[in-house]
Amino acid sequence: MIDVGSTLDEHIYLIDRALLKAYADASGDHNPIHQNEEFALSVGLPNVIAHGMLTMALAGKYVSDWAGGSATVKEFSARFIKPVIVPAGEQVDLTINATVVEINGNQIKLDIVATSAGVKVLGMAKAVVIK
Amino acid sequence: MINPDSVGRTFEGADVITVTQSEIDAFAAVIGETQTSVAPPTFSIRISLSQYESILTQPEIGVDWTRLVHGDQKFEIYRSIVAGDTFKCSATIETLRVAAGNEIISVRSDLRSGEELVVSSWSTLVVRG
Repeated sequence: MIDVGSTLDEHIYLIDRALLKAYADASGDHNPIHQNEEFALSVGLPNVIAHGMLTMALAGKYVSDWAGGSATVKEFSARFIKPVIVPAGEQVDLTINATVVEINGNQIKLDIVATSAGVKVLGMAKAVVIK
Repeated sequence: MINPDSVGRTFEGADVITVTQSEIDAFAAVIGETQTSVAPPTFSIRISLSQYESILTQPEIGVDWTRLVHGDQKFEIYRSIVAGDTFKCSATIETLRVAAGNEIISVRSDLRSGEELVVSSWSTLVVRG
């Protein structure tokens, strides 16, 4: 039974440099801050960072897995409040959980929490799914 | 500086974009999605961002793409994107403001297949000063 206040099981996605390259190719976003450490440092970033939209794509996978597939997602929004930092040769976590905050018929609204290395990376992350 | 006269205007992307199954498969593979009969929910960013770049960097608007940071993103998905969909994408500059030396623009993108509105999305883009 799904009620307002129900929580979804947490899931941990792993992000590394190879995934950033794959996302750059798949999305067409080849900004060097997501691939080139020297460039990222030169513009004041602590290291290479993940695309905000990769973080959001993984959060989209999380909610669509719960709701029953990509076609269930009707609305989806997030703010990119902190970067996911991806050092060379490491896998960093993207840890996601969510809470049901509204139910209207078959439409369920979720509040999503996404952290990496314990830092909240998405703000105001919400999705409306059909389930 | 972004031309303030561009606020409130809608610009039509020049390109007609046909979605292929291999593009959907590649995007899905990154996030571990194996069911690819429809595109993942955020797939349309692939189309919107490239159209934003070609529209917003025109001299009459004047966004410096090299200084761009993505602030937030919202999608309303009216139906899922599938392979073979052919889209035109518009960009509407809804607001422009300056804060702490950064220009902050809110842009809406509408993806239409013929007359059918398939996805609307809103992006806040920050041009670092």
